[in-house]
Amino acid sequence: MDLSTRYLGLALRNPLVASASPLASTVPGVRRLVDAGVAAVVLPSLFEEQVHREQLRDLQLVEAHEHAFSEAATYFPSPSPSATQPGGAKRYLRLVERAVAAVDVPVIASLNGSTPGGWSLFAHAMQEAGAAAVELNITFVPGDPRTTGRQVEDRHVEILERVLENVSIPVAVKLGPYFSSPGELALRLDRTGARGLVLFNRFVQPDVDPEAMVVSPGFPLSTPVEAPLARTWIAVLHGHVGCSLAASTGVETAADVAAYLLAGADVVMSTSSLLRHGPEHASVLLDGLTDWLARKGFPGVDEARGRLAVPRDVDASAYERAGYVAALEHARETYGGVPGA
Amino acid sequence: MRATIDGNEAAVRVAYRLNELCAIYPITPSSTMAELADEWSSHGRTNVWGTVPAVIEMQSEGGAAGALHGALQGGALSTTFTASQGLLLMIPNLYKIAGELTSTVLHVAARSLAAQGLSIFGDHSDVMAVRQTGFALLASASVQEAHDLALVAQAATMRTRVPFIHFFDGFRTSHEMNTIDLLDDDVLRAMVPEELVREHRSRGLTPERPFIRGTAQNPDVYFQARETVNPMYARTPAAVQAAMDELATHTGRAYRVVEYAGHPEAERVVVLMGSGAQTARETMRHLVASGERVGVVQVRLYRPFPAAELVAALPRTVRRVAVLDRTKEPGSHGEPLYLDVAATLAEAHVAGTLEQAPLVIGGRFGLSSKEFTPGMVAGVLAELDAAAPRPRFTIGITDDVGGTSLPWDADLDIEEPETLRAVFHGIGSDGTVGANKNTIKILGSDPDVHAQAYFVYDSKKSGGVTVSHLRFGPHEIRAPYLVSRAGFVGCHDIGLLEKVDVLGSAGRGATLLLNSPRPPEQVWDALPRTVQERIHDLDLRMFAIDADRVARDAGLPGRTNTVLQTCFFAISGVLPRAEAIAKVKAAIRTTYARRGTEVVRRNEAAVDATLAALHEVAVPTDRTNGHALVPPVPPDAPDFVRTVTAEMMAGRGDALPVSALPVDGTFPSGTTAYEKRRISDLVAQWDPETCIQCGTCSFVCPHSVIRSKHYDEGELEDAPESFASAPLNAVGLPGARYTLQVYAEDCTGCALCVEACPVSPLGEPTRRAINLTELEPILEPARQDVAFFETLPVNNRARVDFGTVRGTQFLLPLFEFSGACSGCGETPYLKVLTQLFGERLTVANATGCSSIYGGNLPTTPWTRNAQGRGPAWSNSLFEDNAEFGLGLRLAADLHTALARTRLAELRAEVGADLADAVLGAEQVRESALEAQRERVAELGRRLEGLSGPAAQDLRSVADHLLRRSVWIVGGDGWAYDIGAGGLDHVLASGRDVNVLVLDTEVYSNTGGQASKATPLGAVAKFASGGKDLAKKDLALQAIAYGNVYVARVAMGADAHQTLTALREAEAYDGPSLVIAYSHCIAHGIEMRDGLDQQYRAVASGHWPLVRYDPTVRASGGNPFQLDSPRPRIRLEDYVYRELRYRMLRDADPDEAERLLGLAQEAVDQRWATYEEMAGRGAARFATDARR
Repeated sequence: MDLSTRYLGLALRNPLVASASPLASTVPGVRRLVDAGVAAVVLPSLFEEQVHREQLRDLQLVEAHEHAFSEAATYFPSPSPSATQPGGAKRYLRLVERAVAAVDVPVIASLNGSTPGGWSLFAHAMQEAGAAAVELNITFVPGDPRTTGRQVEDRHVEILERVLENVSIPVAVKLGPYFSSPGELALRLDRTGARGLVLFNRFVQPDVDPEAMVVSPGFPLSTPVEAPLARTWIAVLHGHVGCSLAASTGVETAADVAAYLLAGADVVMSTSSLLRHGPEHASVLLDGLTDWLARKGFPGVDEARGRLAVPRDVDASAYERAGYVAALEHARETYGGVPGA
Repeated sequence: MRATIDGNEAAVRVAYRLNELCAIYPITPSSTMAELADEWSSHGRTNVWGTVPAVIEMQSEGGAAGALHGALQGGALSTTFTASQGLLLMIPNLYKIAGELTSTVLHVAARSLAAQGLSIFGDHSDVMAVRQTGFALLASASVQEAHDLALVAQAATMRTRVPFIHFFDGFRTSHEMNTIDLLDDDVLRAMVPEELVREHRSRGLTPERPFIRGTAQNPDVYFQARETVNPMYARTPAAVQAAMDELATHTGRAYRVVEYAGHPEAERVVVLMGSGAQTARETMRHLVASGERVGVVQVRLYRPFPAAELVAALPRTVRRVAVLDRTKEPGSHGEPLYLDVAATLAEAHVAGTLEQAPLVIGGRFGLSSKEFTPGMVAGVLAELDAAAPRPRFTIGITDDVGGTSLPWDADLDIEEPETLRAVFHGIGSDGTVGANKNTIKILGSDPDVHAQAYFVYDSKKSGGVTVSHLRFGPHEIRAPYLVSRAGFVGCHDIGLLEKVDVLGSAGRGATLLLNSPRPPEQVWDALPRTVQERIHDLDLRMFAIDADRVARDAGLPGRTNTVLQTCFFAISGVLPRAEAIAKVKAAIRTTYARRGTEVVRRNEAAVDATLAALHEVAVPTDRTNGHALVPPVPPDAPDFVRTVTAEMMAGRGDALPVSALPVDGTFPSGTTAYEKRRISDLVAQWDPETCIQCGTCSFVCPHSVIRSKHYDEGELEDAPESFASAPLNAVGLPGARYTLQVYAEDCTGCALCVEACPVSPLGEPTRRAINLTELEPILEPARQDVAFFETLPVNNRARVDFGTVRGTQFLLPLFEFSGACSGCGETPYLKVLTQLFGERLTVANATGCSSIYGGNLPTTPWTRNAQGRGPAWSNSLFEDNAEFGLGLRLAADLHTALARTRLAELRAEVGADLADAVLGAEQVRESALEAQRERVAELGRRLEGLSGPAAQDLRSVADHLLRRSVWIVGGDGWAYDIGAGGLDHVLASGRDVNVLVLDTEVYSNTGGQASKATPLGAVAKFASGGKDLAKKDLALQAIAYGNVYVARVAMGADAHQTLTALREAEAYDGPSLVIAYSHCIAHGIEMRDGLDQQYRAVASGHWPLVRYDPTVRASGGNPFQLDSPRPRIRLEDYVYRELRYRMLRDADPDEAERLLGLAQEAVDQRWATYEEMAGRGAARFATDARR
């Protein structure tokens, strides 16, 4: 069975990619994922804000007691000349270097920037460290209510442009679903030069614990019920964009992988199921995919890909609308009426 | 090439490049030399021969000297850096190294020796104490000289084989920054050619050409052998001069071993060494210009004494000579330089080489960095003009006891008008000093500008005052004394105007910059009246900025350095504004490059935001309406505190006469109570409604500012309205009230209490039963509350539950309000010690943090109770503390034995019942101790009626019948390193001493150098690449003896275990060792997280809590008890919350990962060992063989 595929212009041995998660935060972790069969590994995101926070915190800790007393002007040695990227960035880049050296599949670095300079600086450093590609994890929360949707979209494009100016490796953009017209943004990013789109990002949603009376960080793992949204947009975009499409969210079983492929995904990313079941679950997914392809008579994933994508010549809105109406009909049949419908 | 650096860096920049090995040990003020050498070595910087010098930290200066000696005998070019007691510890090896004619140069930042008191500051006491060792002594007088003569010394030692001590004045030169010309490698190589290096190497020990060196010699030849070296010493002055001359050919800077400067026909001459020579020469120039025939002889080479050069240097017109020594030799006919000069001139006169024998007088100056100003030089020269000059004198103090002191003109100002002078007053760690260092580097980078900076700190580790003295101008700056008549005065905290004489250094028409939170129009009215008057008198121009707000808005809360530095450049006019701003930003990029891009960006943003927030304050000419200053201590303070301590506190200690000070270093206890420093805007505030009265906040308070009492409700009758209380949460005392009193003016706002508090008010999860609040609104009521609280009766010790944290907090602490860092991890242990045993406590304190916050003048925290009893405290040295404490124990034991003998003899006279009761008393529990105290008091009364030698004897030692508690206290630098041998011996003595090791895992006091307590993987100075050796298990070492009580404690993890261990240790009749985890600023944590880190240290297994009690073994049980549960978090979840570990992760992630892995392995292995020990039977532990 030919599971090989291409993603961001990179040849992969199969369509299963380990997306950014703590599993890939160490070299042994990366190795375990690759040994279990994944075709590429996306490292956990480097968060520029966190780097800045750590830089400022460490500066404060160093300076808080300096030059206060005759016997000791300072309490720490000067930073080593090799401490060129304090605040965790160097550590991350070293992880990239070591992961690249440790495995024979593409290692994709992930970046969550917060300043224009930061995006390009760190993306370039990731390339220098040997990353096969960079995934931009653009988490822009428009807290100012006067910000327009267009401004948000423009910012995504600007970030991509700036990064592309500074790197020659492929760049993917991981998007959230919360745009008025995700498809149009996807096309813009594709035109700007993104080599891949990862659909979708799941945002951290802090919650309130009424018992402890604290805000809890909360980052629940995804479940297959969340997958249809991403699948729908992959189905819509397949064939409309030149760049790769990566499916992310709700991959629990081989069936979920297969469904994404049918919708048109070039690769399928998994985090939650690997966290839930361990990295070795990758082999379960791949075995299941192989079985499915065989059962359905596909010689390889390329043949299965996009079979259930929205046809290029169809009005996608009407198609989606039709699907929506059909879904309501189905619900009515199943439950005997849809509340509020 | 030029650079603006300090004297330490100037010296080590040469020393490092001309050596293969540096054997180091930290000691102020020389530590910087060792730190830089270590850093450069770890960064791979090479010497002039292309190899990276090895740097090894030793356990003491004695160890460093031994390693140095060995390395030299092995043929390696080797050096060390030291000062003061450190140099004394090297003396045995100095004799050996010199006796064997071994080329080396030691670099010494000369410092006072500990005598009646320790002093970290500069004079020549230390180097004068080694003048007899055979080392040559070469004195540098400036930062440039420290650089140049480091090379001259190395060149000379290689040629003469006579070893050298190259020294310069501690602090005044070692810490003065000045613009100097740097020597490049070619000059170094030219003056220390490789063939000389090879010759040195060839003299090393090698089995290929074996010989023995270091024989034992007998009466037949020792004497002659000692005389063999004379020719080398005779050649040395000329060799040094030759090296100086060679240096001049390379650099144009000419030096003489003895250098005369002054009128060619001078009649009066001053002779001196060190930085004072610069002041003397500049003053001489001024006086010569005004027609006086005076001169200065600067002695650079002191040993071998260049007698011929001295005679040759002196103009033949000289009639009178004053020799100034920066040292004190009590009982001598005169100080060393004086004696040498006097003998030389007398001899020359007798020999006929000096026709006219001048009158030679000798005086002392500048001890412990006492200021030495042009006025003082003029004062000495004036004395030489007197009809009968005093043969011995002092200058710079008022000696109203011996009458030695000369008068001087404090206002003599000889400085060049082109030199700009600025003084900045700041609070420790507010960034003022760092910014000023940057400022003079910026100014000094201009090839036409010379810059100088010197920094003065007060004696507190946190919240103290810093004063930066800056000069810059077109001429070389030779003014090693503090700035006066400054053209610019920065006051970086408006509150300083209330405490110190900020305008004392302002010149007429100067510019004053104030950092004040008030809008500019309100600044004037907020000033004290005396300040307003001075502003009028001096016609000052005033600017104000709210630098804290600008910094906060730029995302740098609390970091006002960049803002205030920008203000200085903006209004001082030293550079065109735009150019200055550009240079400040460039300096920011350099300074913070390794701290990260965001740090640079925010600082640049702060610069940009500054000018808009800077305002000139209109000085009203018709209004001086300010408030009066509050005196430093209350009027009811004891006489000594009012007349002496308060003067020191107010910065007027220099004016105290000799008679004001005690003759033997004895000072009254408990003077911090008068200080009321108010160093924090935020202070703790008790919430009586929420409080469960557990005592934890008070237990962990490092500054003893949280006190609790319970009392009868009736006591509240006269309470101020604001006084808070709650029903006592205890059975058996109905109607009793409880108060947790915060001494708000003494609180440092560290928030450890808040973090330790276990409860929250209902519905307010982010608050606790003790919280931080702003001081200002509660200041007045808080004062009244404290005053009332102190009138409440202290709870009876005999009725307090010593077994609980809560119970002990009703005991009066006898260690309070120290100047330790805010949130210090050491002081809570000391405070508890005084609560438990304070009335019977004798403390031997090793030098280090605890001796500084415990014993640094002007005010000290060890105090006494209402009955006048409290801890007796003393500090001997760093290296001998265990032995010193043992001595105190031995003395106490002798006197106890004597008292018991005499009491037995006087049994009938004092009453048999009383005598038997005293002699048979069990003195373990507090109630028994209290009963014994009453019996001893009764004995005293009965003895009053008796006479005779036995009764007199007994009276003098009767207080020893109450069991004394001797505690030996110190840090890990002492216990693990320099004092390890002595500690080991004292623990092996079997005597009843208690040792408390305040383990911060680093040399905290000298600035964070690694000790053998530093954990694997932690970064510290001298271990900048991460410590690659695991921490020594001091507990297991002590346990091996079998008769030592041992405990490892961490109050943040288990306060009750700490309490139990301290009590068991004290009760144990034998040696006890308690090792206490003490979080520290050198760990790189927010200090309010200190207790949480203690918890994590224990939870990760890094710091297992244990107790080893030999008495348990004696009764058949397992003496080894593991008090903490199995590790339940990973080591990384503890260590990476501290900067000392994170630094390595940033610099070298692979190495950090490797060391962390090994450290985790070590934790696991040790835990397994401990668990096995905790399960052993008693028979498998060593027996206590004492009878």
